[in-house]
Amino acid sequence: MAQFLTEIFGDNLFTVILYCALPLVFILLYALLAILGEVKISAWMQDRLGPMRTGPWGIFQPVADVLKLLQKEDITPRPADTFLFNLAPFLAFMGSYAAFAAIPFCSAYVGANLDLGLFFVLAIASIGVVAIMMGGWASHNKYSLYGAMRSVAQIVSYEVPAAMSLLIVVLYIGTLNMQDIVTAQAGGIWNWFVFGGPKSAVTLASGRLVEGSWTNLVFLPFFAAAFLMYYISALAETNRTPFDIPEADSELVSGYHTEYSSMKFAMFFMAEYANMLLVSLVVSVVFLGGWYSPYGTTIGALIGVPWLGAVEEFLWLAFKGIFFVFVMIWLRWTLPRLRVDQLMYMCWKVLIPFSFGIALIVGFLVVVL
Amino acid sequence: MSYPDVLFYVFAALAAVSALVVVFARNVVYAAFSLLFTFLGVAGIYVLLHADFLAVAQIMIYIGGILVLLIFGVMLTTRVTNVDLPGGVLKTMPATIVSGILLGTLLRLVTRASWFVEPELPSPEGTTAAIGDRLVTTHLLPFEVAGILLLVTIMGAALIARTNGRRRDA
Repeated sequence: MAQFLTEIFGDNLFTVILYCALPLVFILLYALLAILGEVKISAWMQDRLGPMRTGPWGIFQPVADVLKLLQKEDITPRPADTFLFNLAPFLAFMGSYAAFAAIPFCSAYVGANLDLGLFFVLAIASIGVVAIMMGGWASHNKYSLYGAMRSVAQIVSYEVPAAMSLLIVVLYIGTLNMQDIVTAQAGGIWNWFVFGGPKSAVTLASGRLVEGSWTNLVFLPFFAAAFLMYYISALAETNRTPFDIPEADSELVSGYHTEYSSMKFAMFFMAEYANMLLVSLVVSVVFLGGWYSPYGTTIGALIGVPWLGAVEEFLWLAFKGIFFVFVMIWLRWTLPRLRVDQLMYMCWKVLIPFSFGIALIVGFLVVVL
Repeated sequence: MSYPDVLFYVFAALAAVSALVVVFARNVVYAAFSLLFTFLGVAGIYVLLHADFLAVAQIMIYIGGILVLLIFGVMLTTRVTNVDLPGGVLKTMPATIVSGILLGTLLRLVTRASWFVEPELPSPEGTTAAIGDRLVTTHLLPFEVAGILLLVTIMGAALIARTNGRRRDA
């Protein structure tokens, strides 16, 4: 992909910027889809029609929403700290966009093929945490501040089980490179980590050999549990229901972005939706074979058209990612909100002990088997 | 100047300017938030030095852990309002002597150290595996001691947070 772009535009700064901006195109298109999905799916679940006026069945509603946000007056509360108030939304989006650099979108495109990609994705999320705190503090509104504090406490707590459950897979595979984690799951749906990892020997993208075999089935319950634990922690990290305590409309108006309007609100909104997509993509990459199709090959590879194969791989990953975003929306209209003490109980007394226990067992099995 | 050179100056300027803001800001919260950019700048310089693991660990530990805790602390201790730092000049003589000594030491270090300058470092394979190997072989004892120290700290914090073993609502 990088070579392809260099061939077209030459080796200059423009090519680099274009290469960096590719995920942004995907995120923007996905955001429109997710906004529509959120209103339409909620409507169907409550036996309503949802927005019906803009376009056929209201499918242009997100476009109208975006245009409305663009036109709105940009309000800054007078007692707010103007500089930090303006900086926070952009920092929030920067934090979540930076993480997309390490996501392998297909075999031909990964923004930065980092040796420690998974660690980078977990670490860079902390910029978003600081941005939320900045926005909540600078708004000079007690609801914003409480929302920010709750949000940060929640994200910081749930980072631990999220990292531990990813570590369970890393313990088996022995690499943090996300492209390597994907190639380890080559060869079909039964080789995905949620189904126990590779069943036959696989050569990773970095050239290392992983000796998988059918005895790997003993890992199945542990990896499947890790998958569920990561997805639950990811829900909490993105402040989605049932963990939407930081934004609880009925108590806190809407948390840290109460005072934001117009494009700055849109940036926070984008950052949240980008984070949802990010954790869904991480789930897909680590546990569900990333850009591999369930049958392990692509039509493009079969008929010998490499670019078609790459497009298909990207579509598979996008499908998996958007499916998990759909599950998040589905859960939002299914489950009630947790109380703060239930949230902390879930994290510290359920997820963390279980993830540490599974990590110990998997570590033991990796040494023994 | 090549791209890495430009990037080095960008990161260095980011770290230096935001560090100055940390020192000179009258508002504690400003100082705390400014620290974010100092840590980011330093992480960027680590990347340029091919210390990728160190850079990400810097972001994870200093921004995700220490800075968040620091901002929480600042917000809670100043009773969720922005209190200006006391501005008067206190104890000028000892402060001058201590910072003078520190400055002298650092300047001597910077000027006398034999800097290892390699014009074209080969891009390494990644440092994570090597660091992991060293941690459980050569440096096993310090690693475990650090682990026990952190465990003791967590237990101490939990002990302080408890109210005489009884639940507060009991």
